[in-house]
Amino acid sequence: MVQGSQQAPPAAGRPVTPADLRPAQPQQMTGAESIVRSLEAVGVDTVFGIPGGAILPTYDPLMDSSSVRHILVRHEQGAGHAAEGYAYTSGKVGVCMATSGPGATNLVTALADANLDSVPMVAITGQVGASLIGTDAFQEADIVGITLPVTKHSYLITDPADIPKTIAQAFHIASTGRPGPVLIDVAKSAMQAMTTYSWPPAEVELPGYHPVTKPHAKQVREAARLLATARRPVLYVGGGAVRAGAAAELRRLVDESGAPAVTTLMARGVLPDTHPQNLGMPGMHGTVPAVAALQKADLIVALGARFDDRVTGKLSSFAPHALIVHADIDPAEIGKNRRADVPIVGDLKEVIADLLPELAREHAQHGKPDLERWWKQIDDWRETFPLGYTDTEDGLLAPQHVITRIGEIAGPEAVYVAGVGQHQMWAAQFIKHQRPGAWINSGGLGTMGFAIPAAMGAKVGDPDRVVWAIDGDGCFQMTNQELATATINEIPIKVALINNSSLGMVRQWQTLFYESRYSNTDLHTGHGTVRIPDFVKLADAYGAEGIRVDSKGEVDAAIKRAMEIDDRPVVIDFTVSRDAMVWPMVAAGVSNDEIQYARGISPAWDRED
Amino acid sequence: MSRHTLSVLVENKPGVLTRVAGLFARRAFNIHSLAVGPTEHPDISRITVVVDVDELPLEQVTKQLNKLINVIKIVELEPDASVQRELLLVKVKADVSTRAHVLEVVQLFRAHVVDVVPDAVTVEATGSPAKLEALLAALEPFGVREIVQSGIVAIGRGSRSITDRALERVMRSA
Repeated sequence: MVQGSQQAPPAAGRPVTPADLRPAQPQQMTGAESIVRSLEAVGVDTVFGIPGGAILPTYDPLMDSSSVRHILVRHEQGAGHAAEGYAYTSGKVGVCMATSGPGATNLVTALADANLDSVPMVAITGQVGASLIGTDAFQEADIVGITLPVTKHSYLITDPADIPKTIAQAFHIASTGRPGPVLIDVAKSAMQAMTTYSWPPAEVELPGYHPVTKPHAKQVREAARLLATARRPVLYVGGGAVRAGAAAELRRLVDESGAPAVTTLMARGVLPDTHPQNLGMPGMHGTVPAVAALQKADLIVALGARFDDRVTGKLSSFAPHALIVHADIDPAEIGKNRRADVPIVGDLKEVIADLLPELAREHAQHGKPDLERWWKQIDDWRETFPLGYTDTEDGLLAPQHVITRIGEIAGPEAVYVAGVGQHQMWAAQFIKHQRPGAWINSGGLGTMGFAIPAAMGAKVGDPDRVVWAIDGDGCFQMTNQELATATINEIPIKVALINNSSLGMVRQWQTLFYESRYSNTDLHTGHGTVRIPDFVKLADAYGAEGIRVDSKGEVDAAIKRAMEIDDRPVVIDFTVSRDAMVWPMVAAGVSNDEIQYARGISPAWDRED
Repeated sequence: MSRHTLSVLVENKPGVLTRVAGLFARRAFNIHSLAVGPTEHPDISRITVVVDVDELPLEQVTKQLNKLINVIKIVELEPDASVQRELLLVKVKADVSTRAHVLEVVQLFRAHVVDVVPDAVTVEATGSPAKLEALLAALEPFGVREIVQSGIVAIGRGSRSITDRALERVMRSA
């Protein structure tokens, strides 16, 4: 790029970003001060991080910032997930900060998580001084190299003059197109050197980055024609609908088309679960109606979904009779797993907004399609195979009951954050999800330990909401140190530990596929065990309120008590039956046609007509 | 599996080659040859990459390449609509008894001798992969001691330039 004048206005055609809003005359300062000033200028109000040698120069001016609150976490992975949770509820870019070497490598999991779930995030890491890079210096790691495949983009800054421009670009890249994580690695020498800071920076244009947001009119017309004529259509709604803020448009499309909709794990809540056309979640642990509808569909309209293997099951037998309309902001998703008959690249909000009048035109010309037969079939599935669970055989608490009650008592205005495993699937299934962005989980990477720090970040991003972390005993032990951060920084999250004393999902697979040989899945935290650790004592040690619930009769009272406590975190140790399993289930690698409603019970598809 | 030549215009920034090569490596696509060099604009470089890959995965990797922030444009150059050349340096055994024969081969292929010592000559040749393969086959009987071969560089036939519009974008950001 060619050098422009210091005070150049934003290039024509580029959307005005927060980067343009706080102009500053050229000023001499250190690179570290330039970092803090640039973060202020792009509108950052919260940073999660931990200082260390290589990032130290930046932490000094950070202490004086009046607009940036730094929250000191206990492990960098916690900073990364907190930034993700913050991004979900605030709608802004989440920011985390760490030092070089181990500080930076501890962020890798969170970056990969944000990359797979398209979470807007910027990570700033310290790097050893420029002259030491590549010498195996103390706490040196090539973090740009390490994170290349798991970030949307990354930078290494060795010249302090590049700081404002790079930070402006990073926030632009993280938050536009398909959102994702951007890493900025800054050499300590660049933080210490003097530089000229001015805002907005010149030359922020990125010649190779032009996300397409406006869909192709012809493709949209074709999609409308198919949707208006299909006999067995399904709207397959993914997390992209949440990211695009397209809930209102989606609602209209669902209503106008009359078609059934399925909402993936990443899309739970974008269409209310109470909407009569919402069949629930598709995929490995989806509802029978959602899975069956996709399998039997003659048209699938994929909206911000990516035909993930957890949704399609065995790809070659997925929805064998369906034509595919695939709308996504990321052209690389279209045709990646399943060939699209009508590909549409664009921002989902605009795609659906364009689709609605085209669909209305089709309806006006040819009348609305007769979907009665299709709905009769679907309603039959819904009636025969509703979501449910059986009571436990060991007399211990049913985890599904606990989660259902949390959803009912905390209600649709709360935010629900899950870890990864059985409790995550039950939370996706049994909480009535009614609001987009109110359901936060690690879908793509499946990161155990996500819930506690992400819930903390979510609470910071939207402090007035009740935030429930629904976590497992295995997950919790991976990141529970962040309870210290939550207590000290007065972030009163509520933690429901679904404690089955096991790595429950792995145990379920061992039950089903490894002849009940439980290799290394017993965690000894539950009912009748040594309870190491004792989660109530642990909560107490962290200054949080610890409550133990062993029986059904105590469940409601404990949840209500947690709802009343707002000055510290609460941890409820629900000791539940370890034998409860997640149903329905499509085993890994098999066709969705082989879905089991419960163990050994599969729908008889031949009854369908 | 078929062979494809991609011409990739990238920003001239550190690490770009790693990002591009990394995408091929992740999907285990074999890079047959790779050449990187400057273009008529100092801020833009061109990577010419030849890969062995089927049509569908190629489309996917092309889309993935396009997602890289530093990648400005990608064009597949079809063999019959482009000129494709590589450079070969080859050291061949040649003494008084065989040198004349070696030189005859060199002339036949319109190659040049760039270094001579009593027991060997070094030959420089440019051309299509097929031509260079034929040259090597002809030199083989004399004893080939060392081969150095560049990656393919390629350019579309005709007056159109694939850099035109990419350059416009870069100039606009000036």
